[in-house]
Amino acid sequence: MTTQTKSSEANKPSKLIKGATGDWEIVVGMEIHAQVSSQSKLFSAASTEFGGAPNAHVSLVDAAMPGMLPVINAECVAQAIRTGLGLKAKINNRSVFDRKNYFYPDLPQGYQISQFKHPIVGEGEVVVDVTPTEQIIVGIERLHLEQDAGKSLHDQSPTDSFVDLNRSGVALMEIVSKPDIRSAEEARAYVTKLRTILRYLGTCDGNMEQGSLRADVNVSVRRPGGPLGTRCEIKNVNSIRFIGQAVDVEARRQIGILEDGGKIDQETRLFDPAKGETRSMRSKEEAHDYRYFPDPDLLPLEFDQAYVDQLASHLPELPDDKRSRFMRDYGLTGYDAGVLVMERASADYYEAVAKGRDAKLAANWVINELFGRLNKEGLDIETSPVSAQQLGAIIDLISDGTISGKIAKDLFEIVWSEGGDPLALVEARGMKQVTDTGAIEAAVEAIIAANPDKVAQAQAKPTMLGWFVGQVMKQTGGKANPQAVNDLLKAKLGI
Amino acid sequence: MSVDQANVRRIARLARIAVRDEELPHLAQELNAMLAFVEELNAVDLGNAEPMTSVLPMQMKMRQDVVGDHAGPEIVTGNAPISEDHFFLVPKVIE
Amino acid sequence: MTQPVDLTLAQARDALHAGKISAVELTKAHLAAMEKASALNCYVATTPDQALAMAQRSDARFASKDAGPLEGIPLGIKDLYATKGVHTQACSHILDGFKPDYESTVTSHLWRDGAIMLGKLNMDEFAMGSSNETSYYGPVVSPWLPNGWTQDQARKALSGDKKGLLVPGGSSGGSAAAVAARLCLGATATDTGGSIRQPAAFTGTVGIKPTYGRCSRWGIVAFASSLDQAGPIARTVQDCAIMLRSMAGHDPRDATSFDAPVPDYEKSVGASIRGKKIGIPREYRIEGMPAEIDRLWNQGIDWLRAAGAEIVDISLPHTRTALPAYYIVAPAEASSNLARYDGVRYGLRVPGKDITDMYEQTRAKGFGKEVRRRIMIGTYVLSAGYYDAYYVRAQKIRTLIKRDFELAYANGVDAILTPATPSAAFGIGEKGSADPVEMYLNDVFTVTVNMAGLPGLAVPAGLSSGGLPLSLQLIGRPFDEETLFSIAEVIERSAGQIQLPKPWWE
Repeated sequence: MTTQTKSSEANKPSKLIKGATGDWEIVVGMEIHAQVSSQSKLFSAASTEFGGAPNAHVSLVDAAMPGMLPVINAECVAQAIRTGLGLKAKINNRSVFDRKNYFYPDLPQGYQISQFKHPIVGEGEVVVDVTPTEQIIVGIERLHLEQDAGKSLHDQSPTDSFVDLNRSGVALMEIVSKPDIRSAEEARAYVTKLRTILRYLGTCDGNMEQGSLRADVNVSVRRPGGPLGTRCEIKNVNSIRFIGQAVDVEARRQIGILEDGGKIDQETRLFDPAKGETRSMRSKEEAHDYRYFPDPDLLPLEFDQAYVDQLASHLPELPDDKRSRFMRDYGLTGYDAGVLVMERASADYYEAVAKGRDAKLAANWVINELFGRLNKEGLDIETSPVSAQQLGAIIDLISDGTISGKIAKDLFEIVWSEGGDPLALVEARGMKQVTDTGAIEAAVEAIIAANPDKVAQAQAKPTMLGWFVGQVMKQTGGKANPQAVNDLLKAKLGI
Repeated sequence: MSVDQANVRRIARLARIAVRDEELPHLAQELNAMLAFVEELNAVDLGNAEPMTSVLPMQMKMRQDVVGDHAGPEIVTGNAPISEDHFFLVPKVIE
Repeated sequence: MTQPVDLTLAQARDALHAGKISAVELTKAHLAAMEKASALNCYVATTPDQALAMAQRSDARFASKDAGPLEGIPLGIKDLYATKGVHTQACSHILDGFKPDYESTVTSHLWRDGAIMLGKLNMDEFAMGSSNETSYYGPVVSPWLPNGWTQDQARKALSGDKKGLLVPGGSSGGSAAAVAARLCLGATATDTGGSIRQPAAFTGTVGIKPTYGRCSRWGIVAFASSLDQAGPIARTVQDCAIMLRSMAGHDPRDATSFDAPVPDYEKSVGASIRGKKIGIPREYRIEGMPAEIDRLWNQGIDWLRAAGAEIVDISLPHTRTALPAYYIVAPAEASSNLARYDGVRYGLRVPGKDITDMYEQTRAKGFGKEVRRRIMIGTYVLSAGYYDAYYVRAQKIRTLIKRDFELAYANGVDAILTPATPSAAFGIGEKGSADPVEMYLNDVFTVTVNMAGLPGLAVPAGLSSGGLPLSLQLIGRPFDEETLFSIAEVIERSAGQIQLPKPWWE
């Protein structure tokens, strides 16, 4: 059963945490920084390529040389709109870039160009699959475009930090959720789903290791149904697993303080995965005062509805729609369909395999055999040694009775490790199922003749038939058609 | 509105400009003179005026997403007071 | 015989084309004049080798009949413009030693058209000032003699404490003084609140701030982005028209740059203004305005009427609010624009015990008093709790100021005539030392134009009782600089060419 819940009141009690003094509810909201997939930076023509020698991907604009001016990248705007559409969000045809002023060595301008009051994308929502049978809806507060900062390396020298501006000016989408998340599990599922959507759209590669996707996690706790508690922001959590851990340990920390009669200080914290704890970032000597104001180097960002419509008409099918279609057209379960649509490439692979074949059989093979094997080897669908065409051919051989399901698994192994055309392999290696009833009959008769006691037992108790099937299969090297064996045995044994 | 010496210190800190204690009274006086000068704006009837965001009614042009002008690390760091291996160096930042 | 440096830009151009003078000769004459005038402190860096090399190339292009519109014309460049490989410091200590690896769009247009760079001109630090006294390189001395002074007296003061000598105005003081002293045929300048028109007025030269967006801001050190605009200062209206045509033009690297063809402004010079409707804003008749300024204005009205223009009284009710609103908007933008000067990537760095201390020491030492003051006030008006009361209010007032102009233009007004400055040039050290606001009042007539993004031109119209130049200002419709050139030429012709001071400093 699928349940959709939106408000906290409708949440199931199972999400609550037991404290010493009663139950607590976790409330989480997230700010995801997703790097926009683009060739060049948000306001300069420098490359966004990951890595590179220090300060190699830096233009005069990124280095904030005197007199340099920002010019916006049309593709970054289009990507933000596509993402907004994918999040079923309101697209603002007029938005404004503001300057967020603060001093930091990896912020060359002394301000970050961001969108404060008037973001490009407004409210939307994401359907999050928490488990195969439970969905929640997480509201999106807004999405805005902003510049990434450079990087400071602190371990190169005892006295100096080394500043590299290659990241400076790369376009980010900050996607702010509403505080609709109630557990570590939901937090993980939310980021997972968001990443899936971004990848489908091609607007962010979602690579958390390279920092293309980073999360700031706002955590607070409260008594169920009570007023919101004071929140702490855990900065820059860079894996889905850590997001879950960070939510849990931070919630426990806060509950501990509250149950001891203390109070939570609103602050920024860091998650330390090695120690499994969050700790306060060095407390700032003064409160931030970012002095936001509209960037006078830029005009308001305006586009017409026709432009949005044109982008919308080229949007790919998104995971939720694809999942529904797979359930409807292929008769798959919600679980199988959900697994298959997690990655666009997997879904495409599946469809290539399923086309014109038994769709459920195809789903079993893709999910159980292929995904299982890929996971074991640490490979992904793009680098799968077995192509959709090859897997399709294997399924064809099962369907037309050329090989049995068991032989098919062996065949899959051969294709996986050696490659080649499945049909040719089956023929060359004599893996074909024996459908020649004469040969099967001989084997059946030999077994019956050699086991008169078992025959008597089977005639009294027909479930013994399985034992005979096994013997025949053993004798034929597994190649006998199981249906033919069954039929023959039943006839000969008279059951 | 007017500023006192504590305000001046806070503003100077935000602006990252070192001020000596003995400068504070004078700076406060100067800033207050400027604030007094703009005081008359409070009397202006603003009606329904929107804050100006662009002085002329132009639509912002966008650039195509093409990689171009890399200055090159030599040029990027060429004017730097202190650099090493094409990194800019700053006093160690503790996070 | 007329010396080469006494030619106007247009005359020099014609002489070059006629082969009466070579670009090298013209350039050498200017370099020699510059050397003798070094005490005026107009230039903060000279580029004689580069100038001569450019002049030789110009002469070659004349020989191959390949000359550009500004071929062989020696110009001075305000230190705010980035010039590749050449001193570019906005006359600030904080940009010590900065030599950009890039050329501003406007100067590259000038070199494209054949002009020659003589050097970088002095200015108020980061263009913040109205007297050129805030420059890290010291004040510029106006070539105009103070009332009643003998040349000897002036020379003595020039080699001494400069007390009593006149300011050239600012922030483009070096540009205006160099043009008036014939140390270049024209100069680039910039105008954020009056920084082209006020120094032009103080020195008897012509200056135009074009419509916001006309000239690219790319490569010009930013002061207040929504107000800054490049423009020329030259000795005649025609010379300004010639220069602006080269300087202007769309630049895809500046998002606020206007995309439309640049007219041949020179064609507007001398065009009839018959039937043009000239607005006279009553709010510019401010309290305490000297009678001679009032007389000058009336004189201007008479000239234009005589040339067939129709004079109408208009009202720009928010005029009064422009200067205080400017002193919120401009410092706010500046406080952010100047955040990049932090001792990390270029310019001055003062060591500190940690990163914050390094920033604070560098910026305290690198910025002068006026710049520090404006950064502080700008930081304050943007800070939490004050933003709406100051910045948002000022931007709303800007909308009202612009609406005033739009209304006047909607009623058929082609251009507006006002005084350029509330007084003639004053003495070095005379103003603003006790109260900064005293200095700010210099821009009372010019600043409205920046707030509304309109074109404004200052043209000499007469002399004060003390024998110093006084100018009138023309304000135009957006992107209609042509009408301003036509009307300005009528004033210039009617007033008779101002006699620039003899070179007493040599």
